[in-house]
Amino acid sequence: MENKEAGMGIIVKTITRLTIGLIFIYGIYVSLHGHMRPGGGFAGGLIIALSFIHVLLAFGKDVALKKLNQTFLLSLMALAAAVVLLILISRPANLIILSLCDIAICFTVGAGLFIIFLALALIKKDGA
Amino acid sequence: MEIYLLLLFMIVAAIAAIEIKDMLSSVIALSTVGLGLCLAFLILKAPNLAIMQLVIELLCLILLIRATINKDLPLVRDGRWLFNTIASVLFIAVFLIFAYFALLELPRFGEPIMRVSQEYIARGLEKTGSANIVTAVALNFRSYDTLGEIAVLATAVIGILAVMRKTGRIHGK
Repeated sequence: MENKEAGMGIIVKTITRLTIGLIFIYGIYVSLHGHMRPGGGFAGGLIIALSFIHVLLAFGKDVALKKLNQTFLLSLMALAAAVVLLILISRPANLIILSLCDIAICFTVGAGLFIIFLALALIKKDGA
Repeated sequence: MEIYLLLLFMIVAAIAAIEIKDMLSSVIALSTVGLGLCLAFLILKAPNLAIMQLVIELLCLILLIRATINKDLPLVRDGRWLFNTIASVLFIAVFLIFAYFALLELPRFGEPIMRVSQEYIARGLEKTGSANIVTAVALNFRSYDTLGEIAVLATAVIGILAVMRKTGRIHGK
């Protein structure tokens, strides 16, 4: 476990390449079908965050941060939280707005928890 | 019946998590408690909660393993076992006494008092159009509650980023 930033072995990398898309799509499915089936924005956002954590653990931080950097995540989270605020203040009544609210909650939860993981895992060394 | 077996399993796993000396094994024993709770939610017919519990438990497991895997955390063994035992027994007794009086007032298990929720269940579908009654309640009838949760999460993220910064803005690069 000396060189942690370089990621794990070749088996883990191959399995990650195969499964990462399925996990991501399942997260989107759970958050979009929150009004029909068990699930919802919170669970879907958590699954999406877990898929990015999967990439981070398997390939190291360089690959993961190339896809998403911290400022982008923070602004995405703030934007989605503002959308939730606006929608909920205007008292939604139909199904499309309910789904939109779910998507915004999904963005907030996913980006927020991935930022927390990034902070706990990486910031200690870089100071960035 | 299955719920009692699950409860027994969870209690055994929790005791194991406290008593095991190795840190990584203790974390894994702790996560079995959470997965048992997920199964308990499934048996009690609450799939929404079960999904949430499963995903949260996986995230916590990854974070805790990441935090404990390379560290040799020291065990605290001081000589005040008599005081510690007396304090533990005292607090357990206080908790049980208050729990006895509090649990007398609760409705019986499986027979909730449904005054407001009856209205939600009866007219949730036509009012919101959502087939999942949990989403209907969380995003429509109690939407300010959801807004509060989102605000708590966003505040926690901003606070963590502020605490984990290494360089201040004035003396920065």
